Amino acid sequence: MDRKDWPLFEIFIRPKNGLSHKHVGSLHAADGRMALDNARDVYTRRGEGVSIWAVPAASIAASDPSDKASLFDPADDKIYRHPTFYEIPADVKNI
Amino acid sequence: MYTQGLDSKTEQGAQPSPRLVTQDDIRFQERIDAEEKIEPRDWMPDGYRRTLVRQIAQHAHSEIVGMLPEGNWITRAPSLRRKVALLAKVQDEGGHGLYLYSASETLGVSRDELVEQLLAGKAKYSSIFNYPTLTWADIGAIGWLVDGAAIMNQVPLCRCSYGPYARAMVRVCREESFHQRQGYELMLALANGTAEQKRMAQDALNRWWWPSLMMFGPSDDQSAHSAQNMAWKIKRFSNDDLRQRFVDATVPQAEFLGLTIPDPDLRLNAETGHYDFGAIDWTEFNEILKGNGPCNRERLEARRKAWDEGAWVREAATAHAAKRAQRHMKKVG
Repeated sequence: MDRKDWPLFEIFIRPKNGLSHKHVGSLHAADGRMALDNARDVYTRRGEGVSIWAVPAASIAASDPSDKASLFDPADDKIYRHPTFYEIPADVKNI
Repeated sequence: MYTQGLDSKTEQGAQPSPRLVTQDDIRFQERIDAEEKIEPRDWMPDGYRRTLVRQIAQHAHSEIVGMLPEGNWITRAPSLRRKVALLAKVQDEGGHGLYLYSASETLGVSRDELVEQLLAGKAKYSSIFNYPTLTWADIGAIGWLVDGAAIMNQVPLCRCSYGPYARAMVRVCREESFHQRQGYELMLALANGTAEQKRMAQDALNRWWWPSLMMFGPSDDQSAHSAQNMAWKIKRFSNDDLRQRFVDATVPQAEFLGLTIPDPDLRLNAETGHYDFGAIDWTEFNEILKGNGPCNRERLEARRKAWDEGAWVREAATAHAAKRAQRHMKKVG
């Protein structure tokens, strides 16, 4: 494998315990271990993280932007999934 | 700032050509007008993609090449404090280059192909990095003026229409503010030091002032692309607007240092509240774009040397990864 085969990794950093890993960018590396080392150097210079995930970009299944309507529109008219749909008299507490 | 030279005749495919406006174009422009962000794999006009690839690539190359004039002084920083600050700044610039190459890859190019273009002399980077750093005071002037100008340009880019570029800019801007303070603090120390130190600071300001103003590029009426880039919300303010803001912000800072900006026509305009400044001589800028600046050749040679001499590191990393994979296979096999 020469450098042209270094796969692309998407990098996710957990800023601190209690928070989720957040996508911060990408980098090329020869393998996962190198990706972690490089991610530390590039994306955590100011103590931004306690945990790094490096995911080969090829492993990510992503939805197609052109499918947005068919994937997400059906949820829009199901307003009964929201608490505001239900009328509870103001006198009732703790609900 | 990162579209310098994109209008030149040598840039192929960058000339705006008349073409049919399709339904997709109209819908795209509606999204832009509604301040929606465009994300990777969203439909976009070819021109939008091309312009972004060029601009982001130039921006990334600028960061990497920008490490060279400052790297020149790391071993000669006058104190440990100055040395660690300069090391951290140069390290940041490397990181900024990587954020930007990452953003460009979301548009369908590879970092390797962009780097190849740079090393082949086919890609551009900001004109300012073709000047030499002659004294320690140059490091102060660069942090104060060059990073100052870059910040002026980069803050609006945090709101550009392309998501990955905007997000990269947010990260860059957060890191860039220490760069400018590092430079200004250095200038403060020199300006308040010995007579010789103050002279050195003034000399650096004399050499870096006009090139910093030129970073913003010529007036937008000279550029065929500015109007389109504004419409696409890649560019949010005109070159002249940004340059004026930079001057207005920087003149009081120079006054505080007790240094003189090398422009006899510089004066506060009581009516407008802005500083009027002298005419820029663009011949120097044009020569640099053609490759005839003081350090164009040196910068490219340094990058090529670094690439060639770093080959063993890339090969070693690849070999090491292969060995690790084999060892792992042996364990689980």
